[in-house]
Amino acid sequence: MEPCEFPDIERRLAPVLEKHGRDASGLLQILRDVQDLLHFIPPEAVTCIAGRLGIPRTSVEGVAGFYAFLSLEPVGEYRVLFSDNITDNMLGNRELMQYFCNKLWVEPGKVSEDNLVSVDTTSCTGMCDQGPAALVNGWPLTSLDHNRLDLIAELIRIRKPVAEWPPMLFEVADNVRRKDALLGEAFEPGSALRATLARGIRETLAEVDKANLRGRGGAGFKTASKWTFCHAAIAGEDGSALCDIGGSPVRFIVCNADEGEPGTFKDRVLLTRYADLVFEGMTIGARVVGASKGFLYLRGEYRYLLQPLEAVLQRRRDAGLLGDGILDQADFSFDIEIHLGAGAYICGEESALIESLEGRRGRPRNRPPFPVTHGYRGRPTVVDNVETFAAAANIGLHGGAWFAAQGTSQSTGTKLLSISGDVSRPGIYEYPFGVTVEQILRDCGGEDAHAVQVSGPSGTLVSWQEFGRRIAFEDLSTAGAFMVFHRQREMFAAAHNFTHFFAHESCGFCTPCRVGTQLQKKIMDKIAGGHGTASDLEELKNLGHVLKTMSHCGLGGSAANPVLDTLKKFPGTFERKLKALAFEPAFDLDGALETAREITGRDDEWAHL
Amino acid sequence: MSERKIRLATCSLAGCFGCHMSFLDIDERLFDLLERVEFDRTPLTDIKHCGPCDVGIVEGGVCNAENVHVLREFRNRCKVLVAIGACAINGGIPAMRNNIDLWECFQEVYQYEGGLEGGQVPNDPELPLPFDKVHPVYEVVKVDYFLPGCPPSADAIWKFLSDLLAGREPKLDYGMLHYD
Amino acid sequence: MSKTISLDGQTVAFAEGQTIMDAAMAAGIYIPHLCHNPEFRPHGSCKLCTVNVNGRNVASCTMPAAEGQQVLSDTEELNAERLALTQMLFVEGNHLCPACEKSGNCQLQAVAYYLGMMSPRFNHFYPQREVDASHPEVLLDRNRCIYCELCVRASREVDGKNVFGLSGRGIATTLVVNSTSGRLGDTAIAASDKAMQVCPTGALLVKRRGFVVPIGERIYDHRSIKEVQTGGGHE
Repeated sequence: MEPCEFPDIERRLAPVLEKHGRDASGLLQILRDVQDLLHFIPPEAVTCIAGRLGIPRTSVEGVAGFYAFLSLEPVGEYRVLFSDNITDNMLGNRELMQYFCNKLWVEPGKVSEDNLVSVDTTSCTGMCDQGPAALVNGWPLTSLDHNRLDLIAELIRIRKPVAEWPPMLFEVADNVRRKDALLGEAFEPGSALRATLARGIRETLAEVDKANLRGRGGAGFKTASKWTFCHAAIAGEDGSALCDIGGSPVRFIVCNADEGEPGTFKDRVLLTRYADLVFEGMTIGARVVGASKGFLYLRGEYRYLLQPLEAVLQRRRDAGLLGDGILDQADFSFDIEIHLGAGAYICGEESALIESLEGRRGRPRNRPPFPVTHGYRGRPTVVDNVETFAAAANIGLHGGAWFAAQGTSQSTGTKLLSISGDVSRPGIYEYPFGVTVEQILRDCGGEDAHAVQVSGPSGTLVSWQEFGRRIAFEDLSTAGAFMVFHRQREMFAAAHNFTHFFAHESCGFCTPCRVGTQLQKKIMDKIAGGHGTASDLEELKNLGHVLKTMSHCGLGGSAANPVLDTLKKFPGTFERKLKALAFEPAFDLDGALETAREITGRDDEWAHL
Repeated sequence: MSERKIRLATCSLAGCFGCHMSFLDIDERLFDLLERVEFDRTPLTDIKHCGPCDVGIVEGGVCNAENVHVLREFRNRCKVLVAIGACAINGGIPAMRNNIDLWECFQEVYQYEGGLEGGQVPNDPELPLPFDKVHPVYEVVKVDYFLPGCPPSADAIWKFLSDLLAGREPKLDYGMLHYD
Repeated sequence: MSKTISLDGQTVAFAEGQTIMDAAMAAGIYIPHLCHNPEFRPHGSCKLCTVNVNGRNVASCTMPAAEGQQVLSDTEELNAERLALTQMLFVEGNHLCPACEKSGNCQLQAVAYYLGMMSPRFNHFYPQREVDASHPEVLLDRNRCIYCELCVRASREVDGKNVFGLSGRGIATTLVVNSTSGRLGDTAIAASDKAMQVCPTGALLVKRRGFVVPIGERIYDHRSIKEVQTGGGHE
């Protein structure tokens, strides 16, 4: 397709640029809007934005090329992206996507000739409890079936604006199935903050410490320690003291709502139904560490939550729970800004998230230094998970002893699990830490299970022999994903899907991950195609070692987990697919002659292998 | 009692025979070599098909169907297979066409320049059918040893063969390991 | 008393603020690397310089040296991993040494020689990448780019031109240049720029200079990259 020309680009982009100001940290938000406006980011727009923000053109092109929801080439006026998690696969998304493409006369990954529509896959959209799911121009579609796709195809054909589509298509159910300490209680906005202020700041930090709250994103770092380090950090990037605003050190609170781990959707529900709890936790954190500015980094897939969340923030400002002089404390100012991601799993890594907040490519930083001392804009920054902040609010309200009374000694409190896959009741389950996999499976209707992927592809594959294991930092640590596979499922398919996920989401910064995830994917493709050999399995193990020991960050470090776990726990699923031969060519020899056969019109014996 | 001679075969796939020329550059050491080896299929003999051999040395990448047949025969008949030279190891110069669409290659050769076929792409079954891309030997069959260089120097070839024939793991000194 | 680390059993002194790589270089110890150049701030992307510090693998070019570190570098396991990374770099791009003007002066090739790479081992990607010959004096051949960002850093920090940057993601990462046309000929690059002197491979070349020094007489033709770099001077 010929690239469009945009002689009037300045005029067309003026409202977007006006809205976001001249600060380069707004770049990603600007590019999101330009993508919506023009359905891609043309070279002229890159030049225009670079000039306006006073940054190199290459920086703008760098960001525009990094995020999956932005594109430097035109996409359809309607861009439909099918969520491609293994749970979507199990619900038949591939067949549905092909059906949809056939209806609209478009090939997956291509733009239709009239530029009307493009269809492709995307990483898990966080709707595993109601898949197959998709996004249309960024808005979530759930529970897809042939009927719904017929309707959607028709709406696209008659060019009905997405805003006017039947709301039923966009319904997202919360599916909260089990409530405990966090979800079970009605929360009155401001109550935890009032209790905190009444108790005192140091005393509240002591309560968080006593509660032994640990990060809910999976790593399990002790929250009180993180807050203490951040509070104590005084040096800027250049070693200077940070006293440039009103004489007080500048620190930041960031809520990581880039819930990209396939199979995880608990933050979606927390932000839908418990946003006050989350924002209140952030505000308490701000008070403790001395931050006046906070960010909620919301994954692009959850943009539909942006307006409701903005409304909650406004309500809190109106109630004196955010802004200047919170709850009439003259020295307590704090506000929260929401930044949207644009399709990049890596931004869930805290330093990549900060890079993204600053309007750059989501590339994990070199550490040390760590964000608690050198985070957003080089200042001390706390980055915590959505659920961690919600738990912190609960501790602010009820105290540490109350919190620590639940769970296990090393894993206090409760954990939200996002349960999907082969269960009769998918959704959100809150359990005190220490619950067994077996118990969970009974509760969610997963009695037929023979495997569970705990904490997503980067987590642990648990086989039926290990169902007595417990959800806890000392055993199965998890960010919340809990994908269930019944006996008939070929576990190879899950590992295969996950290798594609990591290859797609690698940021490309370091050699082992950029290339290693690709090699891993290609070998899995070869095995899936029936051409694998024992030497391919050896190569997978070697690659796994390189990924684990040489990668820059946790993405590469865990990218081999699904393959290595599956090889160990379900070796049969690989062996059944292997050829007996010791060696198989790296590529399909006969297939590689197809082009030449077409060109020459030959089909003789020597034209085949 | 003399030891049985090592039977050696060589061939060139998508290459320039430069590795073979470099092989001949071992000069008078060829006589030493002949004490130890006898040649099966090589460009030096007139043997069309490789018989059972101890060592097979393959020059050149795999660019067409015929290459695959020759290579498979070598792999089947040779106990030890050696890929020699840049083309055998990563496609080399012939792999420079991998960036060009095959249809464009054909058009350039047969249509724009008005070749022997009078503007037609030939379809004679005698002609080897080309792959989309040129591949190294090890992507098609299992390879036991690699001897890089374009070509490897005569000294490198001699050192490599001496090691191999003496039953040692072949090892090149720094100056002998080259990719160009 | 200056502070020290232990590097492969050898006591190595370091000054405050130095990385393990800095300390090693100052002591004349070679740790393989491609994206690092002491004239620029450490980057840490190629991962060839990974060492084991007190049991944990870290990139030595970005890791601050600290008293008491037990560092292992020249081990069989780490060299095997480095070889695997080098082989990955060879197969992800199109590195056809016989056809490259940089051959013999190329650090990617030299590191591969040093590590004894006999084949790229992995299956080749043979990616489609663009060559940009639009500039009268310089050539950009993306087939050979390894994303070390040395040209990006040099153009930004020394030349003050910001000619280069990375776009794309993962395996689709690509080196882009600073012009609306996307062509190097429309940027401010000059053959005398620092950015033109730092490429470890043959991705960025000054035109008509490729064969001034004949093949066989080049930097790494007879001296290993270890000798060259520890003998003082960085290419």
